[in-house]
Amino acid sequence: MFRVSSLINPLTSLGRGTIFITQEMGRIGIFFFKSLALIFSRPFQIGKIIQQIYFIGTKSVFVICLTGAFTGMVLGLQGYYTLVKFGSTGFLGAAVALSLIRELGPVLTAIMVTGRAGSAMAAEVGIMRISEEIDALETMDINPLRFLVSPKLAAALISMPLLTALFDVVGILGGYLTGSLLLGISPGVYFMRIETSVIMADVTGGFIKSVVFAAVIVTICCFQGYFTHTRAEGFGAKGVSLSTTSAVVISCVLILITDYVLTSFLL
Amino acid sequence: MREPLIQFKNVYKSFGENHVLNGTDLSIYKGEITTIIGKSGGGKSVLLKHIIGLLEQDSGSILFEGRPVSEMKKAERKILKRKCSYMFQGTALFDSLTVYENIALPLKETTSLSDNEINGRVRDKMDQLDLHDIDDKYPSQVSGGMKKRIALARALVTDPEIVLFDEPTTGLDPIRKKAVHEMISDYQQKFGFTGIVVSHDIPDIFHISQRVAMLDDGRILFEGSPVQLAQVSDPAVKEFIQGLYINDENATRVYPEIKVGHG
Repeated sequence: MFRVSSLINPLTSLGRGTIFITQEMGRIGIFFFKSLALIFSRPFQIGKIIQQIYFIGTKSVFVICLTGAFTGMVLGLQGYYTLVKFGSTGFLGAAVALSLIRELGPVLTAIMVTGRAGSAMAAEVGIMRISEEIDALETMDINPLRFLVSPKLAAALISMPLLTALFDVVGILGGYLTGSLLLGISPGVYFMRIETSVIMADVTGGFIKSVVFAAVIVTICCFQGYFTHTRAEGFGAKGVSLSTTSAVVISCVLILITDYVLTSFLL
Repeated sequence: MREPLIQFKNVYKSFGENHVLNGTDLSIYKGEITTIIGKSGGGKSVLLKHIIGLLEQDSGSILFEGRPVSEMKKAERKILKRKCSYMFQGTALFDSLTVYENIALPLKETTSLSDNEINGRVRDKMDQLDLHDIDDKYPSQVSGGMKKRIALARALVTDPEIVLFDEPTTGLDPIRKKAVHEMISDYQQKFGFTGIVVSHDIPDIFHISQRVAMLDDGRILFEGSPVQLAQVSDPAVKEFIQGLYINDENATRVYPEIKVGHG
């Protein structure tokens, strides 16, 4: 009997896990598409969207500039010491710019926005859930997804490409600082190589990634907060803290997974 | 015979192993205030949440004007929801909105009224509930009693046809309690809404109620007028009333036989 059950249990667990993940993906998908559709429902929530652009976008500018600058600087350093081995330091500008525009810019911007704004979204929505504010919206016949999630989604879809562009530009300048000013590569060569190697498809590919990441961050973070009460320990402050942690971890993992998937399609 | 506006028929609701409603039968009549009494944690709030649609029963049916709510179309349910208003036990005010914005929210989001009209209606409710000079304050900056009155103002600002009050006076001082009871009563007489009140303010709440229902172990033990409640012989109902108010002078005025019976 013991042998049979020990063989069946892992299979049962695997089956349950698969069903759970499939159901969750379905629920997250419905949550996203409903929120997306409600952005366009009248009357438009322009004021709320602008407020959220300020929160997600404007307030993230400093941290994006800081991380962008240091990412570019370290790429400049590492790139130089790699390229110098092949006698091709002149390609540093192209290496830094392509790495940033195609890959690091969208991914690191998304991870920084998750940490700064995504965690706040999960906590805000989670607190609203446990203090019955979301129930109150429903009793007032106000759609909670439209009221809470849609403006955040719209704002993230607008802000993320802009933040990514800022990250890329600051990162390229950071690479210039270490590559040209510190290690002596000609500034003309640095920027000329960027101009000749970066094509529009690289830029649009980066923007496509940033838009997808925006959708991932807002959907996952708001979803975790919205369903705080359905967690096993989803009551009170502990429930909110668990939701916030899950929101950040799942968002970061999904950003990296979708990055791989998108890259394989965009290449 | 009058037809109930809202009717619970053999309603069951469980949360895991916790059976909250065990075959609840209840009738709410139009234009009356029905007070639901019962032990704390006995499912009174759960019962209210079924009426507003926040919870759905496991079995049994809830009828609105004779029609099962579960069989209504989405648009019909929306109309029903718009007729109702709910005052939460824990107020459920929006912490990130000011007092004024909290009260104005249902009007701003669900009506096409102009800012001036919204302002007029919000001011009206705030004046009636003694809420002065706190427009720009946040709920966390006002007292618990004031929060209750803000929640009450928000519940009444849309002039609903059915108002559900979940312990509207808990945490208020006796003067404010009386004011809130009077306001519910005045509004009910003025607008004729149907009120369902969950309250422990016995016997004060009976002065404004036309009907009383007692919920115990998920079933309605008693349903009738406050006068009928005073004459009831069910020991569980008597014990509840006595347990609450045996030393209350008002209770002995309304229910003299309870005091005599106990003593």
